[in-house]
Amino acid sequence: MRVLSSVKPLDEMAKQMTTADERPPAVEVLSAEKVFANGARGLAPIDLSIADGEFLTLIGPSGCGKSTLLKLVANLIEPSDGRLLWWRGDFAQVGQEGRRLAFVFQEPTLMPWARVEANVRLPLEFGNMPRATADPKVADAIAHVGLSKFNRHFPRQLSGGMKMRVSIARALVTDPNLLLMDEPFGALDEFTRNKLDDDLVNLSWERKLTTVFVTHSIYEAVFLSTRIIVMAANPGRIFRIMTIDQPQPRDQGFRDSSKFAACCRELSTWLAEASLQSAGGGES
Amino acid sequence: MKPLFESEAFVRIAAPVAVGIVLFAVWEVGFRLASVPVYLFPKPTDIFASLLHNGPSLLRALLVTLRVTLQAFVAAVILGTLIAFMFVQSRAIEVSLFPYAVLLQVTPVVAIAPLIIILVKNTQLSLTICATLVALFPIISNTTLGLRSVDPGLANFFRMNRASRFKTLVKLRIPGALPYFFGGLRISSGLALIGAVVAEFVAGTGGRSSGLAYEILDAGFTLDIPRMFAALFLITLTGVLLFAAMVALSQWALSDWHDSETRAEA
Repeated sequence: MRVLSSVKPLDEMAKQMTTADERPPAVEVLSAEKVFANGARGLAPIDLSIADGEFLTLIGPSGCGKSTLLKLVANLIEPSDGRLLWWRGDFAQVGQEGRRLAFVFQEPTLMPWARVEANVRLPLEFGNMPRATADPKVADAIAHVGLSKFNRHFPRQLSGGMKMRVSIARALVTDPNLLLMDEPFGALDEFTRNKLDDDLVNLSWERKLTTVFVTHSIYEAVFLSTRIIVMAANPGRIFRIMTIDQPQPRDQGFRDSSKFAACCRELSTWLAEASLQSAGGGES
Repeated sequence: MKPLFESEAFVRIAAPVAVGIVLFAVWEVGFRLASVPVYLFPKPTDIFASLLHNGPSLLRALLVTLRVTLQAFVAAVILGTLIAFMFVQSRAIEVSLFPYAVLLQVTPVVAIAPLIIILVKNTQLSLTICATLVALFPIISNTTLGLRSVDPGLANFFRMNRASRFKTLVKLRIPGALPYFFGGLRISSGLALIGAVVAEFVAGTGGRSSGLAYEILDAGFTLDIPRMFAALFLITLTGVLLFAAMVALSQWALSDWHDSETRAEA
């Protein structure tokens, strides 16, 4: 209980910061920092509020702590100091209030022995959902990523992009409130990546998903995001924030626009600066 | 695609059969020309004649050997799998018991067979125990390896979704271990037969008659060399059929997804 009382002021602060919005933010990162066991400062204290329905992208040079921040948001690791709030509560409340998180990794991580539909059904089976209730949800999720014709296929029969779609369907099937993606399309060719980006941006908009997305691609970041967090390393910190006020849904037209090009140019400059700033901290 | 595949399958069967026919022909003709006496080294036709002539007794012996082999194999699969599951439950169990599994494996069955045959009164049972000991190890080591070889990404996914230990075992570890398990089955089925035959030899020299090994021993005593070869032929045939059955089984179970059993489609 001592811990709780010590963080109370932060809590109050968070409430004050956001009383203007009628909807509570999905995630609040309150002076959370991460020092690793070997003493390395993975993340300097960070304050960040992720609004409900926002598409937030983390980008930055390697070692800037973007994956660490994502893991904090996913509650996969605990902050060394500071705290995080999910919908104004701690993580234990997330499940109790019927809210769900879903993850998509860089690898599709599908079960090779299971058909597409069985792979997508897996998260529902963890919750022991009966087949009759699960099946329509599974079919719906598979349809959303455009793989209805392939639901009886095995992963090895699918292309890399299709496997990634299955992975996304598996994340969507639980109807998550918060979708966390760690460089999901990093291993795909650019054409496939663009196609998946097109689908993802509309999917998250239609489903009013709050998405936190880690990427190395400037184009991908600008195309997808409502807000881009540029991070710098040594220690990992927020360098600058860019808001992309292009309305959803977005399509190829946005990619071809001069606004898109301008955003990419600016983001590229910022990233170069972030790299410069990151170099100083004794990285070997 | 289809005719090519068909010819490929045809070649895979026809080529070894052709080699076999040529070998038998050379054997038959060569031994006939050199007029090697039957009691030194019989010709294929002599063996075949003996096979027909001693049919009932050889068949009875075959059934005895087959029964011991299959009983030992089933026992080894059940025991080995249980032990493997125990091993992956905790590192402490594995570390403390694995050396004894190795001990069991490296001790030649011929060396312990007399002891077991003396200790266990029932011949059938003592033979089965010997053969089980031989067949057990590949199942333990392969299944343990398989249960441990979990895709780290998938394991992570299961952990993140707070999958229960049981769900992780049933949905992740067991399916992932199957290719290794079937690899163990192939080795173990052959070893069960070897174990059975070796144990029968030991029992046979001790005067307890049973199985194809005893037929070989007995034929040796009476210098009925064609019968010896006929029994040998039946043992080999059993081994080949067992192996083929295991291959078919693993193909049936894994062909949908595992690289080792899937045909290239490109």
